[in-house]
Amino acid sequence: MTNPETVPVASDSSNEETPLLKIRNLEVGFETQRGLVPAVRGVDLTLYQGQSLAIVGESGSGKSTTAQAVIGLLPGAGKVSGGSIEFEGHDLTKFSDSQFAEVRGSQIGYVPQDPMSNLNPVWSIGFQVEEAIKANGIAQGKEARQRTIEVLQEAGLSDASERLKQFPHQFSGGMRQRVLIGIGLSARPKLLIADEPTSALDVTVQRQILDHLQTLTRDYGTSVLFITHDLGLAAERAEQLVVMYKGKVVESGPSRAILENPQHPYTQRLVAAAPSLASRRIQSIKSSKPSDDSVRIFGEGSLDDALIARAESRGAGANEDLIKVSNITKVYEIRKQGFRKDKLLAVNDISFGVKKGTTTALVGESGSGKSTVAKLILQLESLTSGTIEFDGKNLAGIKGQELLEFRRRVQPVFQDPYGSLDPQYSVGNTIAEPLLAHKLGTTKERYNRVSELLDQVSLPQAARHRYPGELSGGQRQRVAIARALALKPEVLVLDEAVSALDVLVQGQVLNLLTELQTELDLTYLFITHDLAVVRLVADNVCVMQGGRIVEAASTDEVFENSSNPYTRELLEAIPGANIQLGA
Amino acid sequence: MPSNNTGRERPGQEHFIASLAETPVAEVDQVDETGKARSTWTDAWEAMRRRPMFWISSVLIFVIVVVAMFPSLFATYSPTECYLKFSDGGPEAGHPLGFTRQGCDVYSRIIFGTQASVTIGLLTTIMVTLFGGIVGALAGFYGGLLDAFVSRIGDIFFAIPTVLGAIVVISVVPVRDPLSVSLILALFAWPQIARIMRGAVLSARNSDYVTASAALGVSRFKTLVRHVVPNAIAPVIVIATVSLGIFIVAEATLGFLGIGLPPTVMSWGNDINQARVSIRTNPQTLLLPSAALSITVLAFLMFGDVVRDALDPEARARR
Repeated sequence: MTNPETVPVASDSSNEETPLLKIRNLEVGFETQRGLVPAVRGVDLTLYQGQSLAIVGESGSGKSTTAQAVIGLLPGAGKVSGGSIEFEGHDLTKFSDSQFAEVRGSQIGYVPQDPMSNLNPVWSIGFQVEEAIKANGIAQGKEARQRTIEVLQEAGLSDASERLKQFPHQFSGGMRQRVLIGIGLSARPKLLIADEPTSALDVTVQRQILDHLQTLTRDYGTSVLFITHDLGLAAERAEQLVVMYKGKVVESGPSRAILENPQHPYTQRLVAAAPSLASRRIQSIKSSKPSDDSVRIFGEGSLDDALIARAESRGAGANEDLIKVSNITKVYEIRKQGFRKDKLLAVNDISFGVKKGTTTALVGESGSGKSTVAKLILQLESLTSGTIEFDGKNLAGIKGQELLEFRRRVQPVFQDPYGSLDPQYSVGNTIAEPLLAHKLGTTKERYNRVSELLDQVSLPQAARHRYPGELSGGQRQRVAIARALALKPEVLVLDEAVSALDVLVQGQVLNLLTELQTELDLTYLFITHDLAVVRLVADNVCVMQGGRIVEAASTDEVFENSSNPYTRELLEAIPGANIQLGA
Repeated sequence: MPSNNTGRERPGQEHFIASLAETPVAEVDQVDETGKARSTWTDAWEAMRRRPMFWISSVLIFVIVVVAMFPSLFATYSPTECYLKFSDGGPEAGHPLGFTRQGCDVYSRIIFGTQASVTIGLLTTIMVTLFGGIVGALAGFYGGLLDAFVSRIGDIFFAIPTVLGAIVVISVVPVRDPLSVSLILALFAWPQIARIMRGAVLSARNSDYVTASAALGVSRFKTLVRHVVPNAIAPVIVIATVSLGIFIVAEATLGFLGIGLPPTVMSWGNDINQARVSIRTNPQTLLLPSAALSITVLAFLMFGDVVRDALDPEARARR
């Protein structure tokens, strides 16, 4: 690369006007058997030194492909078919592989999405960081080792020198992501591309990592290109927003302007559906209750109006507990080498009740035991101690006909819409399966019931003959909900049921769930890590940490005046929670 | 937060809104109602029928099976009608491939020999797939003692080469007909299928849809039959089609060694064995049955290859 000092335009005042990264009319396509399939179609983007910019969009919008084109790491069949990517005045699209190798790492850093798979499990952390440092020519030999320690310390690993010899599996997800950020910033690049840097992490960890990243890049004057699906996070962390949809930029500009005044219908939808922003909106409506328009800044007619209306009018019902959980504990035995066994306390003496016709949310980060509670209630795992009562009846040791009857009344919807449907079963057969298992109705009756259920979850009748592989994540999740509703249950246990979905689809499914609840008088046990979603759907909240319930209260109480420090930390960590609303 | 953004917009960073005409917004999460429904099997069929190899092998297998079922349609002379006066005779009218040393019609013997090879190949494959598949599925799904028991037994048989084991067992079996030979081959070949089935079931067993079906109230056994096996069967089918050819070779090997089917049954292996003596004087009596054997095995192996590519998406992606 050229030495900045010899370039005459590198003075401070004119630097303002020369973008660090200037993408014009970028076209990227993927070679397939049916010809070139366009993924990015005419994207413009401008990023100045020291700025941060976020590309926001749902999966398949081309946001990651754009970033990969910038760093020259398009997957196999992808290629830039038009436009230019100017980095400090050089067109990267014309770079050869070896030229790219020179820029990568030293000029443009990259933080990949998944910290679990982006570190090589057979090499120690120190080796991998040192490798990156040597490859970028920052330091060699003894110096490189010294620099490795510095890099890891900067990334927030205080005991870096002791941890050099450790392997990736000895690091938590957050620590691994810190290592990757350290590697990405090790050469002090001018531009750092962070592709969904924290979507695999818990919210509190996400917040720490992003705060840290922000401090580092501000100190070094690094420009940051964020790729994210979370509008709240984008608006909070970046000055500039670029909203992408189906490979095109639909709206771009200063974050504040877009958030306060989204113009394109797609952006309006996105802003309306983002749970973090919507939950924030409820908050401001509840707390200020002013007549001015400042609380309406997110636009009218939004997808989640019904949800918000419901959240506003919500009060804890005075009904009886339909599910009553008392002092339950679950201990897993983990087999170690030889005959030794370790005990893992997954759920530690917890009690709560779920009232009929309400939604109770179980919130916690990974490892908090929330999914274990769901499995215990669903009778998929056995209790170590304690009791679970359903409709006044102790569930301990039920089997045969009684268990079948319980299964009819309490149905689950699981997290992964890609895994919970049998790929060999058509949608119609999948939805009819519980009816068949419980030997209900004739073939004709079952057929009609499936039609009815497809209507209820707003899937077209034609979907009956489709296979899961042909449906999107949201559609699969609607099939899973239809299957759960087939037996006319009273309770749905929703285990992270919307977590894997794009925001708009998530909003749609949440809307559907809310409608179904009113229509069919359902009781929901909603298990999630996302407090923002909780705000939209839940009447009561139980916050779990390390197998215990640390706080249980009505949603309003938890969000408005929680006294528990952990709950407060979770609330603070909701992306977008720090955005100042038009006030 | 935005600190150096002092209201003034820099060039290229104005609030830009794409025109609606260029970026129409579709309904959220629309279902694609066009086109046919595609299950794994229709997908596999689509992938297979585009390949010439599939059609070549299918036609070959079809012809071979028809010949095996109705040999008398293709040969006018009986294969056992042998006259020493024709011994080692060359081709002549009605006898296009000449005669063996015993004076039998080579063409007829090849046609009638098809039946034994194909029968043993098919029978063995069916027995191995059924027994190995069921045992493997049960072991993988229920685990525990059953799994340990089946796996160890399988290991024992696995350690013995199929043909070698068959040679030992066959020498003490009084009856030698296609059924007993198939049984003996199956006895040593089932662990392979069982292992593959067990592995596939193990990975399918832990998927979410199995948990989901349990929570819906479907019984354990029905879950195995309805959800686990259909999702684990693909690799078994692949191995089964490939091993069909291998069993035909195994039968021929036993015949060649003189311990397969009795000489009264027409078999390529037996014929190749008997033709050894005339390899220099009349080589086609050895080469022609060998060619028939090779073509048959090749047809089944080719078919197995196509099936594997269609059912194994990873193999498909590599191409």
